[in-house]
Amino acid sequence: MRKTEQNYFGLYFLLAVITVYIIIAIFKPTVLTPIFKFLILMLKRIIPILFVVFVLMILVNYFVSPKNLLNYLGKNAGMKGWLIAIIGGILSTGLIYAWYPMLNDLQKQGVRNRFIATFLYNRAVKPALLPLLIFYFGLMYTLVLTVVMVVVSIFQGIIVEKFSEAKT
Amino acid sequence: MELKQAITKSAKAMYRSLPVIAAVILLVSLVNGVLPKTVYSALFFKNMLLDSFIGSLIGSILAGNPITSYIIGGELLKQGISLVAVTAFLVAWVTVGVVQLPAEAVLLGKRFAITRNITAFLFTIIVAIITVSILSIL
Repeated sequence: MRKTEQNYFGLYFLLAVITVYIIIAIFKPTVLTPIFKFLILMLKRIIPILFVVFVLMILVNYFVSPKNLLNYLGKNAGMKGWLIAIIGGILSTGLIYAWYPMLNDLQKQGVRNRFIATFLYNRAVKPALLPLLIFYFGLMYTLVLTVVMVVVSIFQGIIVEKFSEAKT
Repeated sequence: MELKQAITKSAKAMYRSLPVIAAVILLVSLVNGVLPKTVYSALFFKNMLLDSFIGSLIGSILAGNPITSYIIGGELLKQGISLVAVTAFLVAWVTVGVVQLPAEAVLLGKRFAITRNITAFLFTIIVAIITVSILSIL
């Protein structure tokens, strides 16, 4: 998909969702109250995260050259690549779509899809939220689930790359 | 790369992504606002595979802060829903994103997004079964 097509798709997508809101507002306006309450909560959460992501994007663009990235997460990346993808995913915070612009940028710089997929999968493991998970499900459950997910993320990365880059 | 260049490049990338991000936020709010939390418990059965599949399916459709999924998951457990179903629900909540699939497809590639989400969905069931199996041995 070319850059202009990407821009238009985004706008069409946004217009389609706004249209659904308008339809609801006309036919069942009361439904919008809980939706807007949730929307405000989400915006409060995502705006600071988007700002953090923007700063990180600047830092990545400033400090990390495409050559370095290609070495760590490119074609010749080995264990270091996996480690960076796993730790990066675990340490990343916020909603998943806030990270897409940065990952899109990295993808364009030659970062392998396996590492992007592994990064995204490991976003499920959140150290800050572990106390809450332990509270609800226990320490052993939390430990086992975390380890299983980290291991599975590597397999997912390999499979995603294999299929997403396969020639049609 | 100079700092000014880095800022301009990042700003352009962020600007290109904003319509998609805004659309996804609106869509997630719509789904979460319309679907009451009590609906979830009514959807589960007492079958390990079927429940993990349903748990994964619901977790895939919904998105948002994992805290919400922990709270719902904890409540589902209290209501007698199996651990394997709840695990699948928790894992799918954060690893599969049906709602944000269009955004992912636009920014990371259609093929990448579809493959990643399908495999994440399948792995969710596998992760749930492995986790619960290990716990039953320990």
